[in-house]
Formats: sequence, C-alpha cells, structure tokens
Amino acid sequence: MSRVGAFAALRLVVVRELKLAFRRPDQLLQPLVFFLMVTTLFPLGLNLRLSLLREIGPGVLWVAALLASMLSLDALFRNDAEDGTLEQLALSGHGLTVIVVAKTLAHWLVSGAALVLVSPLVATALAIPVEAFPVMAASLTLGSLALSWLGAIGAGLTVGAKRGNVLLSLIVLPLAMPLLIFGAAAIDRVIGGGDASGPLYLLAALCTFATTLAPFAAAAALRITLE
Amino acid sequence: MNKPVLRIPGAFIAVSWKTLNWWFQLIDFATIVAMETPAELEVEKVHVWRGDRHVLKGVSLTLRAGESLHVAGPNGAGKSTLLRVIAGLLRPEQGSVRWVGRSIRDTPLEFQAALVYASHEPALKGDLTALENLAIGVGLRREVGVPELRAALERTGVAACAELPARVLSAGQRRRVALARVLASSAPLWLLDEPFTNLDAAGVRLVTELIESHAGQGGLTAVVAHHDLKIGGSARRLDLH
Repeated sequence: MSRVGAFAALRLVVVRELKLAFRRPDQLLQPLVFFLMVTTLFPLGLNLRLSLLREIGPGVLWVAALLASMLSLDALFRNDAEDGTLEQLALSGHGLTVIVVAKTLAHWLVSGAALVLVSPLVATALAIPVEAFPVMAASLTLGSLALSWLGAIGAGLTVGAKRGNVLLSLIVLPLAMPLLIFGAAAIDRVIGGGDASGPLYLLAALCTFATTLAPFAAAAALRITLE
Repeated sequence: MNKPVLRIPGAFIAVSWKTLNWWFQLIDFATIVAMETPAELEVEKVHVWRGDRHVLKGVSLTLRAGESLHVAGPNGAGKSTLLRVIAGLLRPEQGSVRWVGRSIRDTPLEFQAALVYASHEPALKGDLTALENLAIGVGLRREVGVPELRAALERTGVAACAELPARVLSAGQRRRVALARVLASSAPLWLLDEPFTNLDAAGVRLVTELIESHAGQGGLTAVVAHHDLKIGGSARRLDLH
C-alpha cells in the first residue's frame, strides 16, 4: 500500500476545496460583489469630487478588500466541522497543519486572488491612476494572503462557537491593521510619485511571518475545537 | 517604477515554493515508519470527564489482529467518547491508548494511517458526488484508482449512486457510501460509531458481513452499537455504564 505524500495530499485538498467553491457560485461571488458594491458607492456618495476620491481611494480600496475577505472566512472550517468531514481530514494521516495549509491556500485563491483580479476595475472607479496598478496588485496579493493566514487562526478558534463570525471579526481585524496601514500606504506613495518599496517589503515580511507560523497556530486551534 | 518593487513577487513566490517543498519532504520523511509489528490496540485505564460528568471511568481493553469488539451501553454511557479517544480525537484526562506497543500521542500520523473512523454522521460533502467523496476520503490515505472505488461502492450496494451528488442520496445510501470509504481505505483498524443507523435489514447484514470478513483478513474492528450485534468469529463485547 503506497502512502500518499504530504504534497500530494495538499493538492487533493486544494482541488476538493476549489470544486466545492465552484459548485456553490453564490458563496464564491458574495465577497466579490461586496467589494465591487462598496467601492462603487463611495464615488457616488462623494459627488464625484475627483481630488478627494484620489486621496482616500487607496484607503477605501483596502478597507473594502479587508471586509470582503472577512465575509468568507467564517466558512473556512465551519462547513467541514458541521458535516463531520473535518474529522475525516484530521484523521487522514497527514496532520492538521497540512490540511490547514491546503484549505487556506484554496480559500485565498477564491477570495484574495479573485479580489486582486477585479481590483483594476475598482481602482478605476476610485480614480487610482493606471501607474499605481502593479503596486496595488502586489500590496493586495501580499495583504490578502497574510489575512487568509490570520483568518485561519481565527476561524480555527471560533469554529465551535455559536455566532462565531462576530467573534472572528473581533479576533482578526485588530491583527489585520498593520496590513491595512502598509497596503494603503504603498498605493498612496506610488500615487504621490514616491517609492513604494518600503511598505511593500514590510507587507512581504508580515506575509512571510503569517505564512510560516499561522498554519501551526490554526492547526493547534482546530485540534482544541475537535476535542 | 522601481525595479526592486517588481522583483518582490517573483522572488517571494520562488522562495515560498522551495520552502514549502522542503517542508513537505521533511514531513513525508518523518511519517514513513515501517509497520511490521503485528497490529494490536491497547486502551489502559482511560478516564474522561465532560464538565462535572465522569464519562469514562478507567476503561481498559485490548484488541488484537482478527478480533472485533462490540462496545455496548445505554445512551450517554460514553460509547462514542471511547471511540473518539481511541481515534485520538479526544485526549483522555488519564490513561493511555497504545497501537503496536507505542502511545498514539508519540506517533499520531502513523496511527492515523492505520485507522479508519466512521462517525455517527456519514461525513460526506453534499456538493460532491459519491465517487468524488470517496476519491478524497480514500485518496488522502493511499493511491487509489476509480475502478477500485467503484468496486467498493458496488460491494456496499450503491454503485448506481456513484455519479450523484451526496445531497440527493437518502440517509441509508449516504451511510452505505460512508461504509464504502471504510472498506476502500485498506486500514487495519476500523472504528465504527453506530454504523447501522438508517440501514435496512439487508444493510445491517452487509455491515456484519464486512466486519466478519475484515476480521478474517486479520483486521481489527471496534463497533459502537446500542442494539444486539451478532458477529461471528472472535467477537467480544464491552459494556459501558
């Protein structure tokens, strides 16, 4: 009997998550529609004052992206915990850390990466110049990935709690503040003609920190919940 | 545009990918352990409290290759809790669980690879077909082809449901798909929590046959069932109060 390697297991779980996400398009589209709606409402509310919009654009874009990502975080482990499949994954012989990595990567692909893809559309509505798009995409990629990891810890801790989504926001949003600050600052700087590499490096550092440590923390949280 | 800014994503992805690969190779290396020792499960003086309630009061049992154990008792006696303790999902306050002479806490991944646990829920994803549910459930344990999975579904009498989403199946059919997962897993230790729920008379006979045939091949089974169970061979009964 040939055992399945951890990398093959990771691929299997990612494919499973993507299949599940694409078979429930409503859950897939909800964060994207929220992101598009919030960012489109701002220009309308500000009576199309372009100068003001350009100043607050990066901040609005990042806050909307943060809240949109939060929408789908609650379901990261909850659905599997409710139907008993989380126990099956936990006992698959690969350890919860591998499962957490796979599920979080898949979650990021359908939420964070999707937000990055539609961000040029949103940026145009917020009068962010085209020159700032590469930095915006880079900051959103790093930021959303870090947020998915932080969210995995929160989702792991709250999966057994009733009304866990409120608790999840209370746990994750304060931790996500540095991401918001550096992410918005990077876009702000490039719009002002400055150098955006400082905030981007800091975002990359935060993302690496979260990527390397969060899977273990989230797996530990899930282990407690499963008991 | 600053050049270092453009280089960040590429370098970041490359380094992350290499680190991830290295990390997984390390995990694979750590979990490859030869399993030549004869299968034996030992549960020794396990105590579990749920709040103020002393659920398991020093439960001990030994299960050897080819043996089946029927865990019986009234509702709330701790039958499912005992199975969760054995599976390693619940850490007992006192006592130990050993597999082939080693504590399951010391080698959890090796132990998990040797067991298959069927909870009282069928644990299927409603949006995936029966076959897809099996492919992930069994595929995580060992490399398995579709014909083998179809054969398992055939054996449990739900071959016709292979391509149907699990959500449209009846409760009994879902239970049979869950049984097919147990069958296809090729794990020596079966932990079955109320496997007869929602099954018709033919289904009950099927489960009994599967347990007997598993024991005949040297497998171990611990089955929780609240009603009487007639398993042939070396089946024992453990009553919890």
